[in-house]
Amino acid sequence: MSEAAGITPVSRLPPRSRVPVPPFVGTTLVPIVLALVAGGLVLAAIGTDPLAYYAYVLERGLLRLRGLQATLVHMIPLLILGAALIVSFRSGLWNLGIDGQYMLGMLTAGALAPHLVQAMPLAPALGLSALAGGVAGTLWALPPAWLRARHGTNEVISGLMMSLIATSLVAALVKLWLRDPASLEPQTLTLAVGDRLPMIPGTDVNVGLVLALLVVLGVHAMMTRTAAGLRFRVLGLNPAAARHAGFGGPVLAMSVLCLSGFLGGLAGSVELIGALGKMQASWNPAYGFAVVPLVFLSRFNGLALILLAFAFSVLEIGGASAATRLDVPQDFTLVLVGFVLIFLALAEYLAQRRAET
Amino acid sequence: MKPAVPIVALDQVTKRFPGVVANDRISLAFQAGEVHALLGENGAGKSTLISMLAGIQRPDEGAILIDGQAVALSSPGHALRLGIGTVYQHRMLVPTLTVAENLLLGTPWWQRPRRAAVAERFRRDARAFGIDVPPEARVDGLSLGEQQQVEIIRALWRGGRVLVLDEPTSMLSPQGVEELGAMMRRMAAQGVSIIFITHHLTEALAFGDRVSVLRGGRCAGGIGTAEFGALPRPALMERVVGMMFGTAVANTNALAAPSLALPRAGDATMLEVSDLSGQAFRDIRFDVRAGEIFGIAGVDGNGQTPLVQALAGQIPSRGRVMLGGQDLQGRSIRQRHGMGLRYVTDDRGGEGTVATLPVSLNLLLKDLGRAPFWKQGFAERRAIQAHASARMREFDVRAPSTETPIGKLSGGNIQKALLARELAGSPRLIIYNKPTHGLDLRNIEATRARIRETAQAGLATVLVSTDLSEVLALSHRVGVMLRGRMVGIVGNGPDARDRVGRLMAGLPESAAEDAAGEAAA
Repeated sequence: MSEAAGITPVSRLPPRSRVPVPPFVGTTLVPIVLALVAGGLVLAAIGTDPLAYYAYVLERGLLRLRGLQATLVHMIPLLILGAALIVSFRSGLWNLGIDGQYMLGMLTAGALAPHLVQAMPLAPALGLSALAGGVAGTLWALPPAWLRARHGTNEVISGLMMSLIATSLVAALVKLWLRDPASLEPQTLTLAVGDRLPMIPGTDVNVGLVLALLVVLGVHAMMTRTAAGLRFRVLGLNPAAARHAGFGGPVLAMSVLCLSGFLGGLAGSVELIGALGKMQASWNPAYGFAVVPLVFLSRFNGLALILLAFAFSVLEIGGASAATRLDVPQDFTLVLVGFVLIFLALAEYLAQRRAET
Repeated sequence: MKPAVPIVALDQVTKRFPGVVANDRISLAFQAGEVHALLGENGAGKSTLISMLAGIQRPDEGAILIDGQAVALSSPGHALRLGIGTVYQHRMLVPTLTVAENLLLGTPWWQRPRRAAVAERFRRDARAFGIDVPPEARVDGLSLGEQQQVEIIRALWRGGRVLVLDEPTSMLSPQGVEELGAMMRRMAAQGVSIIFITHHLTEALAFGDRVSVLRGGRCAGGIGTAEFGALPRPALMERVVGMMFGTAVANTNALAAPSLALPRAGDATMLEVSDLSGQAFRDIRFDVRAGEIFGIAGVDGNGQTPLVQALAGQIPSRGRVMLGGQDLQGRSIRQRHGMGLRYVTDDRGGEGTVATLPVSLNLLLKDLGRAPFWKQGFAERRAIQAHASARMREFDVRAPSTETPIGKLSGGNIQKALLARELAGSPRLIIYNKPTHGLDLRNIEATRARIRETAQAGLATVLVSTDLSEVLALSHRVGVMLRGRMVGIVGNGPDARDRVGRLMAGLPESAAEDAAGEAAA
């Protein structure tokens, strides 16, 4: 748990009005540039022209309209999952069962939405499906949350275990009971394109993006401006102080992990009713492991998370195109993220050393 | 016959830390075949002395003599090579390994561990010292006392001539203490010099061949082997109590004000505690009136902190606690706070404050979410900041701004901020836990003035302190804690220092009772 201590949470930074610009350049921009250079060296070593690769990624992920739209759609689950992790990490709790919550949320929406849209108007049907996914995520987060709050069991381990169970459970449920009889692939009933979340006018991006942005901004406002958010932060910064002040009981830790689980489930249901329309038994994107580094890079700041999720999506979408065209493995984006993390941590370390001397 | 040259001797040893003289010209001699008990309260300089003997720190002045030769102990390894083994208060064995494996840990990596030989040697020594611990036993299956016995043997193997035991009885059961005592006697009989550090007078007298008393960093006196044999026990105790707590040594605490200046206590009982028991305290009974300061004295670690944490609702307890006629048991920390109970913790950085949050929010941690600082759950920044500036002005908290992280302030300013927080609202009972611990003189004075002032204003006050002079300077009555029990309550007066001191040391309140008890026995 202490590994997070090296990365300064936002609350440790001075108030925004007094942030001087140069430190931002030193601790954020320089490391990113260095990471791109290091990634370029790796590319050169495997025989690809780094400039060509980066240009291709930028063009396919950002500059072309179709690419940009794919990037924005790709961001949606990352944003909501990032918000879920910010709630948890800033409170000093590590909800790494996020993938399981996402899967269960998606499955619940996949099981409900095709039936609900038959029974009621579209808006309440989709709204209920999204919420049901959140509730499923909450329930899936409950056992680790309870174990943590009541017995101090490490929520990292139990969360990861719950994700493992979720993967198999989802596959079993889809194959055994929720299977679309008309499909060869084991998958849930498909939500007709017209029954999914509407597009933002003039684009191919569904309104899930707006929802995701609102979730991130809402979480950010909650953590920085409300009493509940302050309780969460105190729990994260100094649990003994929370207990001493009389609010650090098990209920607080449970609320954190359940809220995080709710958002995890919501990410799944929104992706189903927005982009996918159905859940396949084999579907397991493991977004959690992509989002965790992004959340650390953002230093648990919602606004920074939006920028980072966007940049990461550009890399992923552009990288996917580049993978086929330039023969660079798709996972190379993870290499870049890894470099960014290493250089940011180094910059942080150097800045702290300089502050001390 | 006494050997002419002590194995280890301290000659006018002085050690300073910023702002304190931890050891001030201490001279002591430790002989082979003797148990030399070192007595002293917390902060008397015992730990510093040990770390110099163990080679962790070096004296600023004076010398450590080994076999009469001045030696500069440069490292723990050096001290061990010269024969000085140390057993610290906290256990340092690997719990998942066996006793024998733990003892093998120092073996160089290229050598094959000689399990059988080590186990055999341990068995032999265990027999010799009267210990019943098999070398094959896993450490986590042993009691604390047994683990300590293993550590003592290890220290003896490594050092061999001098054994330093740092408060070895602090975690033992009474039976464990007896066993340890017997073990020390047998080791001394084999020629080992044992330095036995304790703050329990009875143990020092029961197991020691001679006793030296540290107080305020100085050697306050001692009792040699000759006197041990000559004087009856009550007389010995009388003398040691005098050295530890009495006025025999010039009072180093210039701040101790006469107790005459105390405000008159009111009549209404505010706090009533009866038969309160918890994990570290038993059958506590006392009451505090409005306007009264009730001191709780005792050597650190005798249950004072758990007791006041239980009063604040932070840890569970059984028994009755009434605040102004209302039952507190079963109420949460927040409810107790709402009823006017305030707890000023001694752990300012640990639980008292959140170092990285601004002063303004730290001042409101216990009112988090309440109007007018939060409305519909949203923070009202202006109200929070205005509140902070007002409180900081009133309590003289010096900080660059209300938004400075509180961890950047000095200890004295953090304490003032804590007082500002706890005295807000309408308190009826305030509990101070070691309120001046770690502060500089000016802040000590300011804090004490604040404690008197609030009591004068009618608050019932509980003051826990390990500084006897502080308790006596501020309290109307003093309850003494020893091993989790309140062994006596003494009204403040001219003879209070002696009476409280005797209770703290585990003796009856007055010498007369002691003599009577001795005669009866």
